[in-house]
Amino acid sequence: MFSNFDFDVIQRALPYLWQGMLTTLWLTLLAMVGGIVLGTILALMRLSSIKAISVPAGIYVNLLRATPLILVIFWFYFLVPIAIKHISGDSYAQGIGPFHSALIAFTLFEAAYYCEIIRAGIQSVPAGQVNAGYALGLTYSQATRLVVLPQAFRNMVPILLTQGIILFQDTSLVYVVGLTDFMGAASKVAQRDGRLVEMYLFAALIYFILCFLASYTVKRLQLRITPPR
Amino acid sequence: MAMIEFKNISKWYGSFQVLKDCTTQVEKGEVIVVCGPSGSGKSTLIKCVNGLEPFQSGSLIVNGQSVGDKTTNLPQLRAKIGMVFQNFELFPHMNVTANLNLAQVKVLGRGVEEATEKSRALLTRVGLIDHAQKFPGQLSGGQQQRVAIARALAMDPIAMLFDEPTSALDPEMINEVLDVMVELAQEGMTMMCVTHEMGFARKVAHRVIFMDRGEIVEDAGKDDFFGTPRSERAQQFLSKILHH
Ligand SMILES: Nc1ncnc2c1ncn2[C@@H]1O[C@H](COP(=O)(O)OP(=O)(O)OP(=O)(O)O)[C@@H](O)[C@H]1O
Ligand SMILES: [Mg+2]
Repeated sequence: MFSNFDFDVIQRALPYLWQGMLTTLWLTLLAMVGGIVLGTILALMRLSSIKAISVPAGIYVNLLRATPLILVIFWFYFLVPIAIKHISGDSYAQGIGPFHSALIAFTLFEAAYYCEIIRAGIQSVPAGQVNAGYALGLTYSQATRLVVLPQAFRNMVPILLTQGIILFQDTSLVYVVGLTDFMGAASKVAQRDGRLVEMYLFAALIYFILCFLASYTVKRLQLRITPPR
Repeated sequence: MAMIEFKNISKWYGSFQVLKDCTTQVEKGEVIVVCGPSGSGKSTLIKCVNGLEPFQSGSLIVNGQSVGDKTTNLPQLRAKIGMVFQNFELFPHMNVTANLNLAQVKVLGRGVEEATEKSRALLTRVGLIDHAQKFPGQLSGGQQQRVAIARALAMDPIAMLFDEPTSALDPEMINEVLDVMVELAQEGMTMMCVTHEMGFARKVAHRVIFMDRGEIVEDAGKDDFFGTPRSERAQQFLSKILHH
């Protein structure tokens, strides 16, 4: 049944697809790192006993979790340039481009999800550990950095990476702002050469292989890092 | 002036009063044993000393500093008071030496080399130098608790607090921990120990405090306490724990 398929089309398009894949990978990696950093800060804020700190963080997280990702991406692409123009007063000011606006959108969006994961991770560290840190004279910030977060992250690595895999798949939404990621590249080639079936099969295969490998690695990791207690 | 001085300490959880007007003191070099039924407020009382539990009324002076005072630098005060917990609370993500080094380096500002030297000396003292590179999860309960004592001693504390240090241990491991504590007491360390190990109390305690329902019911010299406890509640409690 594959007799009239033209798989050469894939080979010819490889350099272009690779460019797209690089965009996908960079976006995933940077948004993941940014999302985890911001998510950690949000988690610590949400856990604060001071209402003025915990409430805004809670509102932020719930708001973003209630918003479709695609809307956040749209928003940042179209609203940020307008905001920049307003703030700078320069009506010719340029936007920050689709890559950067998508990166900010993904980071802010993922942070809300990472926040909830990290908050659960922090809460999984027994209170006795924090008390032991305090009893030794550690400050709040030292106890958090040296005692709580290392244990929390160790427990969370698998689920953080799983969230990263979801993010990797979600990056295909950037086509809405005209950014060409792997999916976008495959789709453009498919349209241009009229080879929809080949290209979409190929794209599906690549996504499957990468996600499968990543999940497999996460599982292996999960077995290895379970600390002796 | 006493090293630790409780004056009319009261504490509430909502409407439930955990500590009722507790007054006592611990002199330098004194070993105090605190006992009493479960839920009587022993842990709460001892955790007030280093500010792990806040209290609502009364005053608590430790080494001349008022614990309840907002201007007191609690981390600095805590660094001078060692504490040992029922569940050891070693940091599971660090090996034994790193557990002992952590606060020496981060709180006292010692160099890593100096800290390690101190840690190794203390591990030798508690008989665990061979385990210096192991992780807490690889040690028995008794070994973990000895590491925890060494970790507290590494800060050169002026006093040590123990909250039921042996009650999470299998019976055969209790003595290895008590031996370390006895040795400490005999060297003149100021100690406040919540424990039901009456053998330990008889051997090294100067005074015994008996608590019930948040109150200090009995606060007596060791011989008086074991001779003829004045209150009926203390007598009942003693007969219960001495009979098994
Ligand atoms: N966070 C809390 N909120 C409400 N009540 C509490 C809290 N912590 C402790 N309590 C109560 O305070 C009382 C005293 O607790 P505490 O832990 O000091 O007792 P204890 O004498 O150390 O008992 P044990 O021998 O079981 O360790 C108990 O009745 C306990 O239920
Ligand atoms: Mg207790």
